[in-house]
Amino acid sequence: MMSAVASRFAQTLLLIFGVSVLAFLFIDLAPGTYLEDMRLNPQISPRTLAALRTEYGLDRPLAVRYAIWLRSVARGEFGFSFAYNSPVWPLLKTRAWNTLILTVTAMMCSWLIAIPAGILAAARVDRWQDRISAVSTTFLLATPDVLVGLALLAFALRTRWLPSGGMHTLASTEMGMLAYMKDLLLHLVLPVMALTLGALPLLVRHVRSAMLEVLTSPFVLATRSHGISRARILFRHALPAAANPLISLLGVSIGTLLSGSLLIEVIMSWPGVGPMLLQAVLERDPYIVIAAIMFSTLLLIAGNLLADALLYLVDPRIRRTEP
Amino acid sequence: MIKNPKLWLSAVALALIHLLVIGAGFFAPYDPTEQNRDLSMAPPMRIHFVDSRGHLNRPFVCPWVAEGQRTGPSGYVEDCSKVSALRLLVRRQPVRNGKTMLASLHLFGVDTPARIFLMGTDDYGRDLLSRLLYGGQTSLGAGLLAAGLSLSLGLLLGCVAGYFGSWTDDVIMRGAELFMALPWIYLLFAVRAFLPLHLGARQAFLLLIGVIGLTGWARPARLIRGVVLVARQRGYVLAARGFGASSASIVLRHILPEVSSVALTQAALLVPQYILAEVTFSFLGLGVGEPAPSWGNMLASLQTYSVLEGHWWMFASGLALVPIFLLFYWFADSLQGRLQVLGLSR
Repeated sequence: MMSAVASRFAQTLLLIFGVSVLAFLFIDLAPGTYLEDMRLNPQISPRTLAALRTEYGLDRPLAVRYAIWLRSVARGEFGFSFAYNSPVWPLLKTRAWNTLILTVTAMMCSWLIAIPAGILAAARVDRWQDRISAVSTTFLLATPDVLVGLALLAFALRTRWLPSGGMHTLASTEMGMLAYMKDLLLHLVLPVMALTLGALPLLVRHVRSAMLEVLTSPFVLATRSHGISRARILFRHALPAAANPLISLLGVSIGTLLSGSLLIEVIMSWPGVGPMLLQAVLERDPYIVIAAIMFSTLLLIAGNLLADALLYLVDPRIRRTEP
Repeated sequence: MIKNPKLWLSAVALALIHLLVIGAGFFAPYDPTEQNRDLSMAPPMRIHFVDSRGHLNRPFVCPWVAEGQRTGPSGYVEDCSKVSALRLLVRRQPVRNGKTMLASLHLFGVDTPARIFLMGTDDYGRDLLSRLLYGGQTSLGAGLLAAGLSLSLGLLLGCVAGYFGSWTDDVIMRGAELFMALPWIYLLFAVRAFLPLHLGARQAFLLLIGVIGLTGWARPARLIRGVVLVARQRGYVLAARGFGASSASIVLRHILPEVSSVALTQAALLVPQYILAEVTFSFLGLGVGEPAPSWGNMLASLQTYSVLEGHWWMFASGLALVPIFLLFYWFADSLQGRLQVLGLSR
């Protein structure tokens, strides 16, 4: 058990290391340097430029720059943003928090809808409930995130029922705790809805197929012949047995949600990592790009680790095979 | 007669759509960059059949007339005092950058100086239908070519990893895991971040295909490797090896045919994903830029709230994606079903 955890941990560290090296390689392949862009920027004096250059070794070889970056990670700075003239971490911190609020809420919403919907479709296979769910998931799957996001935003603008974009209203800093939360929740509705609609079709389909597989197995027939009620069979016996592939999916779904949230954040001007990454790409701010990529990788890895841990807790079959 | 109608219907429909887009020069009434500054953001025109006296007539359109200073849905009114009949197969001399070009044949049009905008116009007064058709060349083309690129890379690496095994397999599959450890859009951003920002339309198009194609190889490679691993153990492959066939000929003659149907299904799933990648990038201003049309940069003007609120026809290129994606999914789905019948799917 301990050795399995240790090897898993080592693997994860290696993966993170690999991603960061990959990110640095991409910078090195870039034609031209951001230093030239900076020289044209009147807000950066030649002296700071020289200081930055020596501090971050910008004209030194790749390995040296990588070592310098590692040292700044150890200091908790994660490199330096040339556009903001500040270490990356304080910038990333608030953005990452906002993205987490959005994606975690969206993930909970999509799973809370997907599980009952998938169970319903599986329990009523080939009846109208299943048909409706099949048709609607296919259409949702074919509808691009951009379109969903823009359509929801247009709806909000037309009806004025919901705030259109952003995370807070301007006066939110003067509100009390309760009003502040309410304001945040209202702003969350649209982006969460867009992300949920994007993640839902795949989840519903997986829940349905996992449940179908269990529902056709002999032990379910046995429970039915014992006269156990249908609802109890579905939720008490079938769902836990079907949980295994679904928990693995939980880890993967974080990745798709993150990819989706990048675009939705930009469309709905949610102050998350997505808009910051886009701006950094447009302004050629390399360390922010690297930090944003590392953040997304870490979140994806954390999701997969969480899924593994859950699997271990939920599924007795896995615990038994462990020596 | 036809065993699998869903497969054939979706294939034929997709072929027709691609034909429409490839033949944009004929099907589109105007050049995609031809501007009409006096008619910016004009709504789609209606085709009338009945004239003002109530008589049935050949189809005609009424021109938009600007009402006051405003533009937008309420800024234009139909002026049916001077109608122009819809004509089929017209010759037109397009104007590009102020120069008159050679006359070309178009499916339909109206006599100049009248103009016809069946899908409305954008902020420069460019015909949206023409931009949609020409933009399809960019977006659908990028999807297809990028899928071709990443699939060939995936085929190559998957076959090599699956067939040769041992350390080659380890190296390639660890690499694939590295590429899949990143959320895909972030990976694309990472690569795009360090490439030149301001590019011509053609370069940007090729660059996007390269970036999307080269970062997407991991998933198809993994799938194909799995199939090759099974195929390698088949009797006829062992027999061929026993007869002294070279590795290259075994892979090409015996293993590739078995892989091809899985690869085709994978392609049908990859193309819509890559079309969406192009659309997303051009939408965010990192892909194909104005004035060249792409379904992504056509949506970009919707980022302005005033456009988003009142100009519903600007959604056209986004809405066009939905039926195309549906067709691709149906196509992939029926291919997948065929594979299961043949016993080739996992």
